Order: sequence, then structure tokens, then C-alpha cells
Amino acid sequence: MPKVISPDGSIRQDNWVVVPRPAEGESLDIPADQPALIPADLWLAGHEHFTGRADIGVWFDSHDEPEILDGRVNELPVIAVNFPKFSDGRGYSIGRLLRERFGYVNELRAIGDVLLDQLQFMKRCGFDAYVLRPDKDITKAQKCLNFFSQGYQAATDTDIPLFRRRAS
Amino acid sequence: MYVYDEHDRQLAAERVAQFRDQTERALAGELAEDEFLPLRLQNGLYIQRLAPMLRICVPYGMLRSNQLRRLARITRDYDKGYAHFTTRQNVQLNWPALEDVPDILAELAEVEMHANQTSGNCIRNTTTDQFSGVQADEITDPRPYCEIIRQWSTFHPEFAFLPRKFKVAVNASEHTDRAAIQVHDIGLQMVRNEAGELGFRVHVGGGLGRTPMVGPVIRQFLPELDLLTYLEAVLRVYNRYGRRDNKFKARIKILVKALTPEGFAEKVEAEWQHIKDSPTRLTREAIERTQSYFTEPDYAALDNATDLLATQRFEHRGFDQWLTHNVDSHKKPGYAIVNLTLKKTGTPPGDVTDQQLEQIADLADEYSFGEIRVTHHQNVVLADVRQDQLLELWHAITPMGFATANLNTLTDVICCPGGDFCALANAKSIPVAEAIQRKFDNLDYLYDLGNIDLNISGCMNACGHHHVGNIGVLGVDKKGDEFYQISLGGSSHHDASIGKILGPSFARDEMPEVISKIIDVYVDKRTEEETFLDTYRRVGIDPFKERVYA
Repeated sequence: MPKVISPDGSIRQDNWVVVPRPAEGESLDIPADQPALIPADLWLAGHEHFTGRADIGVWFDSHDEPEILDGRVNELPVIAVNFPKFSDGRGYSIGRLLRERFGYVNELRAIGDVLLDQLQFMKRCGFDAYVLRPDKDITKAQKCLNFFSQGYQAATDTDIPLFRRRAS
Repeated sequence: MYVYDEHDRQLAAERVAQFRDQTERALAGELAEDEFLPLRLQNGLYIQRLAPMLRICVPYGMLRSNQLRRLARITRDYDKGYAHFTTRQNVQLNWPALEDVPDILAELAEVEMHANQTSGNCIRNTTTDQFSGVQADEITDPRPYCEIIRQWSTFHPEFAFLPRKFKVAVNASEHTDRAAIQVHDIGLQMVRNEAGELGFRVHVGGGLGRTPMVGPVIRQFLPELDLLTYLEAVLRVYNRYGRRDNKFKARIKILVKALTPEGFAEKVEAEWQHIKDSPTRLTREAIERTQSYFTEPDYAALDNATDLLATQRFEHRGFDQWLTHNVDSHKKPGYAIVNLTLKKTGTPPGDVTDQQLEQIADLADEYSFGEIRVTHHQNVVLADVRQDQLLELWHAITPMGFATANLNTLTDVICCPGGDFCALANAKSIPVAEAIQRKFDNLDYLYDLGNIDLNISGCMNACGHHHVGNIGVLGVDKKGDEFYQISLGGSSHHDASIGKILGPSFARDEMPEVISKIIDVYVDKRTEEETFLDTYRRVGIDPFKERVYA
């Protein structure tokens, strides 16, 4: 059961499971008794079955295009973005697009190779739930989420870049 | 020059604390080597062939005298008493201990310096013309725009893990390009449009390395207030669609080529439409605020010291040569731009001792309002020297080794640290530079040859910019032995071009003779007034090939 970190560093548990993309010819294996995150394109393909279900969310891989859910994102209670490798930075752009362009307001969860030193970047790009890789020390999350008290740039956490704040 | 306010100071302090924490976790084994790697690289820390190497950022090449003195002290206290100026206008230390680096960063932060993003797959130090602000032909001073880019790119949360390193350069001169913008991931040429408004011509997808390319123009005119939103659009397209499967194909130039410049530009424009009016759009006030740090120093009202200099030239032949070659004209009457060359034969290009750093600091205070600039040719500039003090300055710098009057000549070599220091290198580069400098030790002959860019890299990564040397030398490895490949016809200026490979490579001891033969062909074939590059472009590579491989 995942331990989920919140942007303030607090830790909770929930039981969302990530359902992997089924192999060719296989069908989605959605658990009966747990909320599930399914590949976003498969959710879209069958969205009439899933709409309104609070126990079904989606996940994107780093090469997926969140544009496919434009206009529908808020039908989902949770969207997760997979970081297949912590050094694959595409997920940050996906996060900002979901929040800033598509107006997604529900939970945005970082999953995969999620390490401590990337948490603050994730927070600034709109992620508000983080599933740390299990071998990492979760008690250090709060510190790592707050290395910096502010940013130079506008991002999802603030639309006021420092140059505008300096002017005020 | 830019001065930190409380925000910059706080962020710098937080960065030092962050890296201290990261280093402690790495040393405690809580961070695996591959997890620490991008974190330390984003703090400029390499693990090198012989020791760690720390690359300290010099934003757009500008330093104050107190910063130089601090660098000198750091090289003494934490290193072996010397530092190296790089082709990215930065400073490298070659022997720091890993566990000392947080302390070094803290020392740097005290003088408003850092090592942020000097390496790693993120946006690197933005570079510009070392003569910014003091030359007559610039459209406007590019440094405030570089500082604006520096702030925007520092700890950018979306672009800290790009497919590859990312370099931006800005040029504002109308007639020259000393920042080599067309061989950068993004090259920004400052321009005015027909209505007289200020903006940028945007080149994207230039670069050296394994697949050298000259960056095509993807936007002819970008209004200045749109600078950051447009950069954000370019970076977002690159972050999302740049290749990540193969590090040799991960630079933005490969994406631009795959999509075609037009196709890439369309993608950027589409992205930009969404964000161009976001709060990241610059304001007039933000630009003016940044410009207020780059005002003119307190120049005296002077006339040009033409007669005085003529007399002094007559009396001192060495001064005459130095004035002709190492001193440039200044936009203010009575002032001059002085280039201190770090190319004395026997010293690796760009290397300075702790004492020399302090000497340069003293010179800056005495002669140039306390400021210096680092050039991508690995020299140092005192930008605001009174003409009537030039002779005195020349007398002062001659014994220090900074007056070698070979600027822009064959022996003003750009040279990476190569196999003597760098873990990536296939071959040594410093001894090649030195051997060529020894062969061409006659200044009169060098002056007769005119401007020639000789650039040497010890490997394909091209830190020595060999592709854009008029003569380029690349160290290659052949079954464990070091060889050198020559290319001709490169240029990093307005007429940017990538050099063409001459043919099979040579052993190290053959290099001075090979360069000599190439020069002989030029001397035979040139017409009066032609530079080496002009002649090469007119006659092509064959005459050179015939002579060298005869």
C-alpha cells in the first residue's frame, strides 16, 4: 500500500494501485476492491464505463501526451505521472500542462523513480502527491520539499515570477 | 555589474545548504552514485581523471576584483594554487576534495558567486560578447538580458532534467559575433526591426560535439518583452520531444533537424501561443531594473590620447605591437579595451595561478573600475582603461605574463584541458598547443599571417571548439594511441561554418610541421588583404591536402 507524501511533507497511506498497460491481446485487469490508476488512453477509449467513478484514475508515462485528455481531466479524481527514471524530465512538463493548460484541479501524483531531491521540482510543477521510491528515507521528504523558499520563475505554484514580485 | 538583492542572497544560501545536505547523503551512502551524479553536476562538480573538478559559474563572463581575490584564496586553501578559465567564460578548479565542495560553495556565495548549472542536463551559463557595454557598434548592452535569462533558468523546476545540456548565447554587436551564437542550442542576436523596436533574431539547434551544426533561424524577430515566454516554449518542446534514447542524439540540434527548422518553429509557435501573455512575459520595469545594474562606470571626460600614444609607440616597439594587437577601441573617447592574454608559451591556455588572479584583481582596481571579463577564447579583458594609462599598464603586465601580443593570431589557441586532466579526453591537447606555439614564436611572422583561429579539442565533445576553428585540431584515439585530426575552414563568427576534415590523422610530434605546411599553402595562395579563412574559402581544401599529404 503506497505511502503518499503531501506537499507539506506529511505522510498518509492509501490503496491506489497502478494497473500496468496490458500486453497485446490481454485486457485491463482492474482490481475489484481497490481504487485503480489505468493507462490514460485506455480510460479515454472506455470512458463511458468509468465516468463518475471515484475509484478509477489514470496514469501517464513520460512519453505520453496529456493533450488526449484535454477537456476531460476533471472527470478524474487522480492523475498520476510516471517517472520511469528520475533523470527523465518530461513528467515536469506534463504536470504543468495538466495544471496550467488543461485546468486540472484534482490530485496529481508523481509515481515511479521518485527520489527526494526531485520533490521540490515536482511540487513546483503541480504535483501534490508523491510516492517515494520505497528504499528512500521518507522522513527527509519535508526538508527536501522545502530546500528553497521561493523560485525565480513562475511555475504552477506561483504565477508571479520574482521579477514581478521585485517590482511590487 | 549585477548585485544580489535579498532574494538572490537567500536563494544562494539555500543552494549551499541543499548541496551540503546532498553531499552528506552521498558520502553516507544514502544516494547512489548515479543519483548523486546529476545533483553534483548541477553544482559544477565532476569526478575527473585525477581528482574532482569544480566548474564555477561566471555569469556572462563578468567578475569583480573581490571575486577574483576570493577565487585566488580558494585555489590556495582548497586546491593547488591555480585555476583555469574555460571556453564557457567559467572558472575551473582541478583538484578540490569532494567533501570540501560545500565549504567552497559557501565561500563563493559570500562574494555572490556559485557553481549552479555549470554542468549537467540543464540550462548552462548564458554567455555573451566580452566587449558588451563598451563597444560602439552594439545594438544595446546584452548583459541585462543575460542576467534576466540567468535568473529565469536558475533552478527552473521544469527544465532541470533535460535530454542533454543546454547552452544559450547572446550577441548584440552588429558587425561581429564574439559569442559564437550560431553554435549554441539557442543563439540570440539582438536586432531592431523596421519600426526601431528592440528584439532578438532566434537561432536554435546549433552546436558542436559529435554532430556539429550551425543553428538555423527559427524566428526573425522576437520582441524583447517576449524573451522568456519564447525561451520557455522552445525548452518545453525540447524537453518533451528531444530524444532520450541515445545521448549522442539528444541535443536540440538533432530534434530541429528531424522536424526541419520550419517544423520545429511551428511547434514552438503553437506552444508559445498558450503562454506568451502569461505573467512570465517580461515587463518594461523588469528590464529597466536589470539594466540599472549595468550602467556606465564613472568615466572621466577625456579626449583620445592620439598624440601621446603615437609618441609612446615610437619609443617602445613592444608597446606598439601590444597596442596594435591586444588593445581594442572603446566607445568612450580617451578609453580603450585591454585584452590580457593567457597564452604565454609554456602555460596551458587559460591557466592562471592564485598570484596571477590577485594581480588581475589589483589591475582591475587600478585601471578598470574593479571589473574584468572572461572571454570564450580563454583570455581576460579589462574593459575600461584610460588611454593615457596604457603604457603604465603594459609595463605592469609584461612581467606578469599577460602581455603576449598574440591576440587573434595563430598562437592565441583555444585549447581544452584534454587528456592531462579530463576523463573524457581521447588525447592530450595542451602539449599540442605548446608545440605549435614554440614553432611559431616569431611575432612578426604571426602578424603577417593575420587573424587565424586555431582551436584544439582533446575529444569529440569539442570543448576546444575545434569545429569552428579556421584550423581545428581534434584528438582521436586509435587503439590506445593518441592521434590528431585536422579540419579547415571553421568559423564561429557571423559567417559561422563548420570546418571540413582534411584527411587521415597525425601523430602528436608531426603536428607543428603539419600546421606549418597548412600555413605555407595560405602564404602561397593568398592575395593581399585575404585572411586565412578567405583564402581557404576561395581555393578550397585540395591545395592544403596536396601539400600536407605530399
